[in-house]
Amino acid sequence: MNPLDFLLEPLSYDFMVRALATSVTAAVVCAVLSCWLVLIGWSLMGDAVSHAVLPGVVLAYVVGAPFAVGAIVFGFLAVGLIGIIRNTSRVKEDAAIGIVFTTLFALGLVLISVIPSQTDLNHIIFGNLLGVSWADLAQVIILGAITLGVLLVKRRDFTLYAFDATHAHALGLNPKVLGAALLGLLALTAVVALQAVGVVLVVALLIIPGATAYLLTDRFSRMLVIAPVMSALAAVSGLYLSYYLDTASGGMIVLVEGGVFALVYLFSPSQGVIGKRFGAQRRRRMLAAQ
Amino acid sequence: MSGVREDSQPRAGGASASAPAISVQNVSVNYGEVRALENVSFTLAAGRVCGLIGMNGSGKSTLFKAITGMLRPDHGAVTINGGTPALARKAGVVGYVPQSEEVDWAFPISVRDVVMMGRYGHMGFARRPKPADRGAVDDALERVELTELADRQIGQLSGGQKKRAFVARGIAQGATVLLLDEPFAGVDKRSEATITTLLRELAAEGATVLVSTHDLNALPRLADEAILLMRTVLLQSTPAEVLKPRNLARAFGLDVSEGGDE
Repeated sequence: MNPLDFLLEPLSYDFMVRALATSVTAAVVCAVLSCWLVLIGWSLMGDAVSHAVLPGVVLAYVVGAPFAVGAIVFGFLAVGLIGIIRNTSRVKEDAAIGIVFTTLFALGLVLISVIPSQTDLNHIIFGNLLGVSWADLAQVIILGAITLGVLLVKRRDFTLYAFDATHAHALGLNPKVLGAALLGLLALTAVVALQAVGVVLVVALLIIPGATAYLLTDRFSRMLVIAPVMSALAAVSGLYLSYYLDTASGGMIVLVEGGVFALVYLFSPSQGVIGKRFGAQRRRRMLAAQ
Repeated sequence: MSGVREDSQPRAGGASASAPAISVQNVSVNYGEVRALENVSFTLAAGRVCGLIGMNGSGKSTLFKAITGMLRPDHGAVTINGGTPALARKAGVVGYVPQSEEVDWAFPISVRDVVMMGRYGHMGFARRPKPADRGAVDDALERVELTELADRQIGQLSGGQKKRAFVARGIAQGATVLLLDEPFAGVDKRSEATITTLLRELAAEGATVLVSTHDLNALPRLADEAILLMRTVLLQSTPAEVLKPRNLARAFGLDVSEGGDE
């Protein structure tokens, strides 16, 4: 098969076009957000919120409200509960996160089992990339565009918040508002990515691209380019691989993301475990040659 | 909220000239059961450098947080230039140099970007830097002698250079009340001298500088006055008076000789 056919053949199916658009949108939005999450140290929080939105999404489905509204309500509920448990008991934050998000996730599972709907539980948990409808795609693109727009316009404020919240406060900004805005965007992003890879694997898209970019550059502005490009490429290749190998699409995308991270972890010129050593050797050779 | 602001830098932060730059009145702060500050009162006049001396755990960092308003006192009040801390923050008056342990030195940000963050109060909604902002950042970098290192990642600087970068951030901001939490910890003597000179210059230009330090030997060169803190203000006086052994003994315990620390 020539390479062009290899790329074009899957696109002759409408469902593959929709799958590609959905996964790339989700990958890009998650990747941009992930740059802040990995620097603030909110990876676990990303995991928690992405799971905790499930009951919100189910309840929104029941009352006919937009999924995003339910997701945001339960996203903030989760963060609030985690804060309350951490601040008013001797339980540490990681335990508080584990308790809250699993309980809310379980609530979502139970709600799905009692509410008659067409939605397959497996689709929510593992994603249903190949079954995305045009309406789903429209929702993903609208939510994705809103999230991306806010993140990019206010990126300097979010970076200031991540780097030095005290200085943000000293300048008259409100760090609590900035933090809450990031968490709200996290909940929106979870809804976007739910379609693509499902609740369980959303966290991969929310952590791996930012962490990978962090190993490649010392500039936040470059992270904001590297992470989404890397994640979009991983989404496309993962989808093609799943098409030709006949494997689970969400799982394949995350597998590629993880693979890219592993390569960067080993071979990044500045931070890589092996790459650093090669870089040092090369510099030594060049010095010796002079 | 914080979008529009005039481009000019109001030196006094829009408050009355007669009011003290920093006024702390009967401030108490509790962390749960623990009382971190108890009935702290002092005033600082504009154009002065004041050293804040006390043991670890004496409440120095808490006091800084109370002055910036990051932490609301359980009792008492803080005013800056006669107005509330919130008003002073909005006016961009308050500059803060954090303790080294509070900063993520691996953060992917350049020295220039850190200094540029001092300008955010002068910028619009999206914080897009204008030529005036770039100029202010260049001037501030030059003033702390970091122009050549401006494009380094912040963690690649030495201890003293890191502190200078944060002082430059306050200069670029146009801050007239500078709070420095342990700026000399882990800093070599030459950098300490550079920073000391810089702070004295800023004070001569009208800034008020409150700096916590363990370096008692350097205190007379650095400060016009000093405060001995032990959850409450034990003494506010000249450095020479504060450094008298019987006064230090009250703040540090009896076995501390003159010039020692911790």
